[in-house]
Amino acid sequence: MAVETAPTTSKGQRTLKIHVTINGAPHDVDVEARTLLVHFLRENLGMTGTHIGCDTTNCGACTVLLNGRAVKSCTVFAVQADQGTVATVEGLEKDGKLHPIQEGFHQEHGLQCGFCTPGMMMTAVALLEKNKQPTELEIREAISGNLCRCTGYVNIVKSIDHAARVMRETAEGKA
Amino acid sequence: MAVEIGGIGHSVKRKEDARFIRGKGKYVDDVKLPGMLYLDIARSPLAHARIKNIDTSKALKIPGVVAVITGKDLVPLNLHWMPTLMSDKQMVLPTDTVLYQAQEVAAVVATERYIAADGVDAIEVDYEPLPVVVDPIKALQPGATLVREDREQKDNHIWHWEVGDKAGTDKAFKDAEVVVKQDLYIPRIHVSSIETCGIVASFDKVEGKLTVWMTTQAPHAIRTVIALVAGHLGLAEHKIRVISPDIGGGFGGKVPVYPGYVLAIGASVLTGAPVKWIEDRAENIQADSFARDYHISAELAAKKDGTMQALRVKTIADHGAFDAAANPSKYPAGLFHIITGSYPFQKSFVEVDGAYTNKPPGGIAYRCSFRVTEAAFTIERLVDVLALELKRDPAELRMQNFIPPTAFPYTSALGWEYDSGDYGRALRLAMDKIGYAELRKEQAAKRAKGELMGIGISSFTEIVGAGPSKNFDILGIKMFDSAEIRVHPTGKVMVRIGVKSQGQGHETTFGQIVAEELGIPVADIAVEEGDTDTAPYGLGTYASRSTPVAGGATAIAARKIREKAKLIAAHLLEANPDDVEWKDYKFQVKGVPAKSKTMQEVAFAAYTNHPQGMEAGLEAVDYYDPPNLTFPFGSYICVVDIDRGTGEVKIRRFVAVDDCGTIINPMIVEGQIHGGLTMGLAPALYEQITYDEQGNIQGGTFMDYLLPTAMETPNWETAKTTTPSPHHPIGAKGVGESATVGAPAAIANAVVDALAHLGVRHIDIPITPWKVQKILKEKGVAE
Repeated sequence: MAVETAPTTSKGQRTLKIHVTINGAPHDVDVEARTLLVHFLRENLGMTGTHIGCDTTNCGACTVLLNGRAVKSCTVFAVQADQGTVATVEGLEKDGKLHPIQEGFHQEHGLQCGFCTPGMMMTAVALLEKNKQPTELEIREAISGNLCRCTGYVNIVKSIDHAARVMRETAEGKA
Repeated sequence: MAVEIGGIGHSVKRKEDARFIRGKGKYVDDVKLPGMLYLDIARSPLAHARIKNIDTSKALKIPGVVAVITGKDLVPLNLHWMPTLMSDKQMVLPTDTVLYQAQEVAAVVATERYIAADGVDAIEVDYEPLPVVVDPIKALQPGATLVREDREQKDNHIWHWEVGDKAGTDKAFKDAEVVVKQDLYIPRIHVSSIETCGIVASFDKVEGKLTVWMTTQAPHAIRTVIALVAGHLGLAEHKIRVISPDIGGGFGGKVPVYPGYVLAIGASVLTGAPVKWIEDRAENIQADSFARDYHISAELAAKKDGTMQALRVKTIADHGAFDAAANPSKYPAGLFHIITGSYPFQKSFVEVDGAYTNKPPGGIAYRCSFRVTEAAFTIERLVDVLALELKRDPAELRMQNFIPPTAFPYTSALGWEYDSGDYGRALRLAMDKIGYAELRKEQAAKRAKGELMGIGISSFTEIVGAGPSKNFDILGIKMFDSAEIRVHPTGKVMVRIGVKSQGQGHETTFGQIVAEELGIPVADIAVEEGDTDTAPYGLGTYASRSTPVAGGATAIAARKIREKAKLIAAHLLEANPDDVEWKDYKFQVKGVPAKSKTMQEVAFAAYTNHPQGMEAGLEAVDYYDPPNLTFPFGSYICVVDIDRGTGEVKIRRFVAVDDCGTIINPMIVEGQIHGGLTMGLAPALYEQITYDEQGNIQGGTFMDYLLPTAMETPNWETAKTTTPSPHHPIGAKGVGESATVGAPAAIANAVVDALAHLGVRHIDIPITPWKVQKILKEKGVAE
């Protein structure tokens, strides 16, 4: 990692300068070495779409894509994202057009309180990148690290299947 | 026409989704104010201990730490104790003794979140351990360790509550041909909404105004409680604004007041800076209020032919160190006396004793209306025990005994007046949908081969919609609810209600109620809630009360508007009001459909061309006091297969037939049932919080408190019958909790059914693979 060491803060914490591209936009920022990626997004950058639901990497509410992989951003330091790319829920909608996963969750009633939804959608986006036509079991396995307390998962599975179908149809249309 | 309006009965897509799918929801932790400070809490590692000393000096030396608050600092402010919702009191911070593990001991206020946590780590507390009691049965024995030294009463007994005809019930049991008895333990569990609890408190010293953003299911009640508790600090109710922003799930866990809220408010009032407190998951599971923890002994008396006659129930309820239950004042055991369920018992007697233990406050809901799951689980389990005793099919035994549809309104042996029901129809539909007769044949064939398959039924009756003010209050505040509707000149509508969604979709469904009543498209109706400065006073959302109570208020407020609108329409149509009727979402001159006015035309006239002498405007408010509770019901059938090697219970199918009266939005109702079923599955097979003898929590994080994931959760199959509530303005009964109430018994009954031929009559939930495997080994059938 090409990390320069910056001076310590008045609070005695070492800070580091990182370069990270988030939803396509470059950021050069000084962060405390101990800052978690989720706090960096939420507190330093004010991107509050990524949520925190636990402190043991179980619930998945904080899921973002780091270099294309779904990670739980409560268990990644911001400095580990140095020179990397991060995708969050705020980057799903492009040019005023919703991502198919967003449409899927809306159409199939895949959300209720909405708190797990951003992490759930980012996990689904990572799945659909790798697997264009997942089975129900593959969808369930993919989201098994994301907890939802409201929906009972049935409609989340349908939402992801809906998005997969739309994405396949769009891809076929373009081909 | 109707589809465009999006009125009652339409699966209108949710309005609130637009922000949530974009990550633009505004939850409490998303609130960030200039100069905001962060509060974090040091907690006790011991379940019962004397505090000899708290050394805050190292914490105070950390740059960025602004203050450390201990119980002694709160004494001069008289804020070291606070009232609970159940006429008990709870420590905000202790002055000398801690009563459970993870209890709040001190608070650190700092300029940044991480520094506040550093401060907590630097606090040094010297404890002297005291004896611990975690078992409520032991706690009630003479000589048990005293949990609450502050009380005059020097034992751990909180209250005794009983209902029913004791002498008559005892006689019925004495004379009975058949008596079955079953002890059940309904374990302690935690709602664990994916968003934890938190607050941002901002006190404006110049204006003397306190604004709080808070994860609360009942913002108005919280405002009044703050005014009552902190009035001596200069906080007055007209200068307290409680905003309940987007809430990431509640399920009852966001009804109580937790010490962290009080500490953040106190810190903001003292510093004049905004203060944020957000608990982490471990704090949430370990210290926030718990549900259930009922030790039940239940007996059922019947005739040999299966006719159920009497029910007798004795319960010990563990309420932890503080009785922080969120029950209506009159009912310390909530609505537990719905325990006679779907059956016409002649006699019944129920008693409950509350006990203090060295555990966090107990007695709140887990997505169920005031102890209703405990009741439904007990009666539905007991009916299966009776079926086994009499060698009867459990479906047939239920059908024989159900309260018949002709008996409604029906008054139960314990005094409830059930509004409407058709229990046989729901069970028949569930049996048809799942293929009950074929499943029984399959089960017999499998048993012959040594395979373990079970079928479980639960035909539950719920009790929701608290409630009629003659019986229901919380801290004296009557449990009415409210709606205020304003129709703007251009025909667009603002609706404000006294309840607060935590995911239920109120912005959509309450819009649909108004759309139906006023004939204005749901897209043109905005629904706001959760801000006490703008919303009318209400008691909040829990116990499935939003639709039964605030839904009634909304329909009635809309009808008040329609009454006035009719006069304006008559004026515009130059007709006598008696000749004008509301038909097809329009005002028409009777028999002359061509002569009509839409609500939008009337709304414009209400501000521009209303009749002489009439007040301008088109708006109404209603505070609705329901005449009765509502009684949703359903029949669930679960099919399980049991792995003889691992003891794992696999749910093969689960059919849920629900009847919640009139349905406003079928899509949302189905979603609520899916979620409720999953929260019924959870305690049936996975979730339980236990403590060791020293009061150490086992299961205090998501590492070992097992919420069902998509892998454990089956593909729920749902169906419905519709029996409207005769007393509700739109016939709706509420549905948020039915499935959580009904599901555990269906699952437990299915597992016991799979093992019944081996002599198994009951297994306490959660039915873990370990428990099942132990039974399989004992019975010599383990693989």
